[in-house]
Amino acid sequence: MNMRGYLGRKFVQALITIFIVICMNFFLFRIMPGDPIRVLIRNPKISGEALERVREQFGLNESLLHQFFIYLKDLFSANLGTSFNYRQPVLDIVVERIPATVMLVGTATILSILIGVVLGVIFAWKRGTRLDVIGLSVSLILYSMPTFWVAIIMVMLFAVYWQIFPLGGMGMPGVQYASAWAEMISQLRHMILPTVTFALILVGEYVLIMRSSLLEVMREDYMLTARAKGVSSTNLLRRHALPNAMLPVVTLIAINLGFIVGGAIQIETVFSWPGLGRLMYTALTNRDYPVLQGLFLLVTIAVVGANFCADIIYRYLDPRVKS
Amino acid sequence: MNSALVKQETVTLWKKNFSSFWSIFRENTMGLIGLIILAIFALMAILGPYLVDISILTVDGVTQVMHPPTAGYVLGTDDLGKDILASVIIGSRVSLLVGLAATVISMVIGTLVGIVSGFYGRAVDTILMRITDVFLVIPWLPLMLVMAALLGPSLGNIIFVIGITSWAGTARIIRSQTLSIKERPYVERARAIGSGDGHIMLHHILPNVFPLIFANTVLVAAVAILSETTLSFLGMGDPTQVTWGMMLHFAFSMGAVSFGAWWWLLPPGICVVLVVLGFTFIGYALDEVLNPKLRRRDQ
Amino acid sequence: MKLLEVDNLTTYYKLKEGYVRACENISLQLDRGEAVGLVGESASGKTTAALSLVKLLPENAIIKAGRIMIDGHDISGAGEEELRKIRWKEISIIFQGAMNALNPVRRVGEQIVEALKIHEKISDKEAIRRTAELFDQVEIDPDRVREYPHEFSGGMRQRVMIAMAIACNPKIVIGDEPTTALDVMVQAQVLQLLENLRRERQMGLILITHDLSVVGETCDRVAVMYAGQIVEDGPTEKVFSDPAHPYTRALIAAFPNIEGERNLASSIPGNPPNLLYPPGGCRFHQRCSEAKAGCRDIEPAITELAPGHRACCHLLQGRVKV
Repeated sequence: MNMRGYLGRKFVQALITIFIVICMNFFLFRIMPGDPIRVLIRNPKISGEALERVREQFGLNESLLHQFFIYLKDLFSANLGTSFNYRQPVLDIVVERIPATVMLVGTATILSILIGVVLGVIFAWKRGTRLDVIGLSVSLILYSMPTFWVAIIMVMLFAVYWQIFPLGGMGMPGVQYASAWAEMISQLRHMILPTVTFALILVGEYVLIMRSSLLEVMREDYMLTARAKGVSSTNLLRRHALPNAMLPVVTLIAINLGFIVGGAIQIETVFSWPGLGRLMYTALTNRDYPVLQGLFLLVTIAVVGANFCADIIYRYLDPRVKS
Repeated sequence: MNSALVKQETVTLWKKNFSSFWSIFRENTMGLIGLIILAIFALMAILGPYLVDISILTVDGVTQVMHPPTAGYVLGTDDLGKDILASVIIGSRVSLLVGLAATVISMVIGTLVGIVSGFYGRAVDTILMRITDVFLVIPWLPLMLVMAALLGPSLGNIIFVIGITSWAGTARIIRSQTLSIKERPYVERARAIGSGDGHIMLHHILPNVFPLIFANTVLVAAVAILSETTLSFLGMGDPTQVTWGMMLHFAFSMGAVSFGAWWWLLPPGICVVLVVLGFTFIGYALDEVLNPKLRRRDQ
Repeated sequence: MKLLEVDNLTTYYKLKEGYVRACENISLQLDRGEAVGLVGESASGKTTAALSLVKLLPENAIIKAGRIMIDGHDISGAGEEELRKIRWKEISIIFQGAMNALNPVRRVGEQIVEALKIHEKISDKEAIRRTAELFDQVEIDPDRVREYPHEFSGGMRQRVMIAMAIACNPKIVIGDEPTTALDVMVQAQVLQLLENLRRERQMGLILITHDLSVVGETCDRVAVMYAGQIVEDGPTEKVFSDPAHPYTRALIAAFPNIEGERNLASSIPGNPPNLLYPPGGCRFHQRCSEAKAGCRDIEPAITELAPGHRACCHLLQGRVKV
């Protein structure tokens, strides 16, 4: 019905946001103090002539606006520049690392949502009991811990003291595996600790929101109507309570996307997981600006896109949202 | 003439709000615990330099490095032989200061944007809210990291960066509250007698939005402290300053993890967690005070 | 055999401080096709009494005593399983429509189909067909079964609730303030609809309301509740024209008369008692203008003033009206 209008509006909004981000991305990096060229060329002994030539090459002698258009043009031809460090196109470097991050983040998110929802329902059901109070406290405490610190503790505990899991990385580089199967097993082993850590960070919030949402829904009039109709307890939960209680959780998932990016950076750094987060950390340490710029843009676009999808899903779940 | 009366009215409004608020807050255990925790850390921060002999923090090449707790060194030493307990106490100062300063900036911007946007509506509102939305959508850590990398690692820059990236949530909340207050009778009355916009915003809207600002500030403070810690850990902090985040940064870079130096890695983190919990508890208590529906019910 | 017989229903709510005596010794009867009004102020126990019939009470409610018989069948001891079959099939409820009595994220047709499928073994298609029929009966366009609750106006939502309530052809329908949230014109339409349906199907109707005019229009009999007890009950005409209990008299007096002189409607001074610590003796004595010494200590017994017309008041002792 109104879906198309709603979709259209949200899509345009997303595009506008992305455009603003693109502009921000450009100007942010140009406003940095210091001569950009000095940063590009790390060699302090370079001659004035060579410097001038590089300036020409990078178009840094043109006006800011002109540079902006060059930037846009490059963007549309999928050119994100060249990394200082790796001497490779930024796009390639980034794309190479996407699978690792998606594996980590995707698994952790799904895990945390599933566990969070289930626990939230249980705690709401057993409201006020010791289980509930303990569960709430743990969720709250986890929520207050810096992500990287939780990661550090997990590594110390499970990889240093009790040497159950490897210290980090995604597999042993340079090692020849007996078979593809063995390689996969090794990768899995390396994946467990970071994924579990990540899920732990995320789960607390889902538990809290699910629980309070469900408690609120249970108080609503339509629950009494459903009971009066003779609906069984299972269906009361499944068909009446949950569809309504899940709505804030979906909203939360959308809100959390930015947080997930921040978390990924920290976790990948501590676990040396070769994904986008770690790439950002390395780029930061090395002041590899092209990579930073490209990453920032791509990550932000991904989040805007994900938010858009979440908006669609929410509209599908809650018919009351009008255009 | 009128202004004296108005001033007095405003003062009374503030006082009334505060005392009724405090009496409810007192009842809340969580809030009190939070207050106590924060009081302890505030004391630690203020009295820090007096409690700890600064000389402990100088490297003397004599003390054992990376040593677990022993006599005289309650929390052990770091890779340069410095006493960790001392570092934690000294570090509380800057950690808390940065958090609070950033919070102030964030709250000022957020409140300003929120009130102006809600009050004027239409074009102003749309533009401001679009900007706010952009800031809400952009993932906070990458933005902070990039800005910190560009500006350079100094304390002032960090405070600026955190403040400037975290105001959006506040702006939204304050704006919706402003929208509802705008419709209330006393605002209409003020308009009818010809009060200026600024006057209305300052003397009518602000006092009534204040409890909300207060509750929000606490939560923003918690996030600000977490942000500084994370920024410092990832290497964007000021290396010349001792903060809990920097301690963790050095610990990690110096291989404390594989060394198993828990005495170095745990205390700074625990401090951060406690402070964040303190703020969060107070935040929950404030939530209950402001929203009577949330208070404990018997049925 | 009466359709519904309730004897000495007593329901309490358990709080930290003690028990709230929401319903004390409620006795009601209902015949096929009869409409009984249950009137009283807010928190007089009307809803609690109604919900107690199918045990739809919150967790902290306890039914201390009482016998509930539907068509001679005692359901007071029924377990949850049996109750679930009785709910809606034998007794259904029309809640105060307002915003939230219908699940906002499901289509209204679906919600009625759900009720049908729980209680009858019919196919989906049949259930959908019956739902469309029901919409017809309550005068809503049958095409609207696919819409969501928020797409209906208040009055229309109430009709949907009514359609849902009569879906399984219950013997008894309880209307809990079904027209309170509606404006007068819509209220009249909804009441007329209920009236027609009742007559067609010979349903028993219990109408809970605080609005005496509604009772006057639709109910054959009326029971007046105060502070958890029934203080007077009898044929509507009789009770309205010749109220026996001081509270009933005060209630009627509190309603402005559209005809006759322009008198200021009188209200009853004071507040209903706190049912955690109900007053001794007659629960109304503190606000009664005719209270005597004995009213404070002794609970009044039921006096039968005429067949079917009873009241609980010390002042009626020895006075049997003919």
